[in-house]
Amino acid sequence: MAVMTYREALTSALREELARDDRVFLMGEEVAQYNGAYKVSKGLLDEFGPRRIVDTPITELGFAGVGVGAAMVGLRPVVEFMTWNFALLALDEVVNAAAKMLYMSGGQYKMPMVFRGPNGSALQLGAQHSQAWESWLAHIPGLKVLTPGTPADAKGLLKSAIRDDNPVVFLEGEMLYNTKGEVPEEDYLIRIGKADLKREGEHCTIVTHGKMVLVAMQVADALAKDDISIEVVDLRTIRPMDVEAIAQSVQKTNRAVVLEEGWEICGVGAQVVDFIQRECFDDLDAPVIRVHQEDVPMPYAKNLEKAAKPDAAKTIAAVRKVMYLD
Amino acid sequence: MSAGAKPAKERKSAESARAEKPLPEKISGTDVAMRKELLRSMLLQRRFEEKCAEAYALGKIGGFCHLYIGQEAISTGTMSMLRPDDYVITAYRDHGQALARGISPRAIMAELFGRADGCSHGKGGSMHIFDSATNFLGGHGIVGGHVPVAAGVGFAIKYKDGDQVCVCFFGEAAVNIGAFHEALNMASLWNLPVIFIIENNRYGMGTAISRSTANEDVIVRAKGYRMIGESVDGQDLFAVRDCVGRAIERGRKEKRPTLIELRTYRFMGHSMSDAVAGTYRSREELEENMKRDPILLLHQFMHEHDELSEGELSKIDDDAKAAAQDAWDFADASPEPAPEELWTDVLAESES
Ligand SMILES: Cc1ncc(C[n+]2csc(CCOP(=O)(O)OP(=O)(O)O)c2C)c(N)n1
Repeated sequence: MAVMTYREALTSALREELARDDRVFLMGEEVAQYNGAYKVSKGLLDEFGPRRIVDTPITELGFAGVGVGAAMVGLRPVVEFMTWNFALLALDEVVNAAAKMLYMSGGQYKMPMVFRGPNGSALQLGAQHSQAWESWLAHIPGLKVLTPGTPADAKGLLKSAIRDDNPVVFLEGEMLYNTKGEVPEEDYLIRIGKADLKREGEHCTIVTHGKMVLVAMQVADALAKDDISIEVVDLRTIRPMDVEAIAQSVQKTNRAVVLEEGWEICGVGAQVVDFIQRECFDDLDAPVIRVHQEDVPMPYAKNLEKAAKPDAAKTIAAVRKVMYLD
Repeated sequence: MSAGAKPAKERKSAESARAEKPLPEKISGTDVAMRKELLRSMLLQRRFEEKCAEAYALGKIGGFCHLYIGQEAISTGTMSMLRPDDYVITAYRDHGQALARGISPRAIMAELFGRADGCSHGKGGSMHIFDSATNFLGGHGIVGGHVPVAAGVGFAIKYKDGDQVCVCFFGEAAVNIGAFHEALNMASLWNLPVIFIIENNRYGMGTAISRSTANEDVIVRAKGYRMIGESVDGQDLFAVRDCVGRAIERGRKEKRPTLIELRTYRFMGHSMSDAVAGTYRSREELEENMKRDPILLLHQFMHEHDELSEGELSKIDDDAKAAAQDAWDFADASPEPAPEELWTDVLAESES
């Protein structure tokens, strides 16, 4: 195992897949000469040249569509959005073209492509630049939606995404790029659609994904001091969702908190809770509680931003409530 | 006008300079008093933003912060031609334009500090300065997103039979985004009084215009939409005023839109997290362009025409510095927004 950052893990996944398959190319704003707005593509232009690492104008809708066209006729594009906030401009190509092409063509045109970039809030970036989009994208049949929370998952899942024959939405945590973790040295893939038990526990399950995995782990550490044993299920893939992993854990702990970065209404957590009530109705000892961003656009002011975001304190309170401790 | 970029020491005495260059009564509608006011406006922006950089380094300003330093002749030149009832809309590089439009430095700095007395009550931040009192319709964070919004403002002006104009600022990199084209087409098709101003500082983040734009001569895009297009030196305050003035006439009288390209240069990095030079643009290029500092150019012009003593200049500059410091002190003393503010302004109070 090597210790590397989430960013380095992504870079190495890109590098390995670019080296492995000439049909793979990376396209997006500032990905080449600038080495990436968040430096995920650092060094790739030098290594693979401008044919494979392509700087685009600021034209999200346009270059997402270019990716779709290239994928239709045999390439395997990796389209980088500088952040997913800007990908809103490209959603027509993602949703109306990429997600439906195979279906509309009766199976004739596959979409082996990845749309990737940082998702979610960072610090004080304000309302237009602090948004987590997984629930929107996971709503769409025809897409796969991944949200890695650790460097090892980031690498293994990105490699799988690039090798997948379907359009994969790959949501990176903007605040995760500098986080470190162990990453296997050998060439490895992580199965899309498989959740990961990040921590075993007995008393309550926290189902989460992406950036919130770190928060869940902190919560588990903190509650361990009070002899509360938390199990953390990291979904890793939002669509297709690993219902079995969720059910197995909740059947064991009989309690669940669902933690996500995005908003409450029609959020990812709403879907998780639906699966839980279907699969674990008789196992539950308490209603499931959700922790999420407050139902407001992200404010800029530091104190309001902190109050708006889901965090360890809110999650601990939710766990205690689910356990009838408060 | 040619300001002549000679250092002060080499300059001839003010007397002989004046004899050589008889000064017309008015230059693009300005007299001496107004030129002093314009200089004051630009210096205020400069000193204010120098303070912003300081505050950012101390963590008092967070998030993305894009400075306008180097482009002040555009904000000052344009705003000085507008009426109070005209409208202004812009992108995230909005502090200079907000100041030039007359929003109080205190309210802007408090916004940047995320405080209750900020012009958006701390909810917007650097990229989202709004002020309904001056018809300042915001700083917007998505490249090109506000350009059709400007067309909508023009639509409403015409709908209500008004004679205002709406000025819309954006960078040259925004001309490649679909929203720009859609907006220009509608503005021309429907005869909307909108002035679209491309601030061509030659880089969209780290990408030079030559690497992003098939035809670097961005003003030709006006033609595609049967619109008058004008391209002038954006470092020359008088040229900016004249050009914007013509566009305003066209907007008020003929209800026709105009596309303007103002050629400029940003003296700082794209945002506070971007290097000033050395990566995508050379230090030499930066220094070459800094010789055409719009403040320096106006100052030199006034100095050559003996309109401004050193004492007056220092006074204007000291006042600008004091205003920036005052804004800082005010922002620092302003409270954080009350916790319940998190929940306000999500929806308008409306029962229907
Ligand atoms: C749609 C969209 N894509 C990408 C970005 C990220 N971004 C912010 S500013 C910028 C460069 C814009 O350059 P330009 O329009 O020339 O304006 P300038 O910053 O030079 O004032 C980019 C790529 C964004 N805000 N919106």
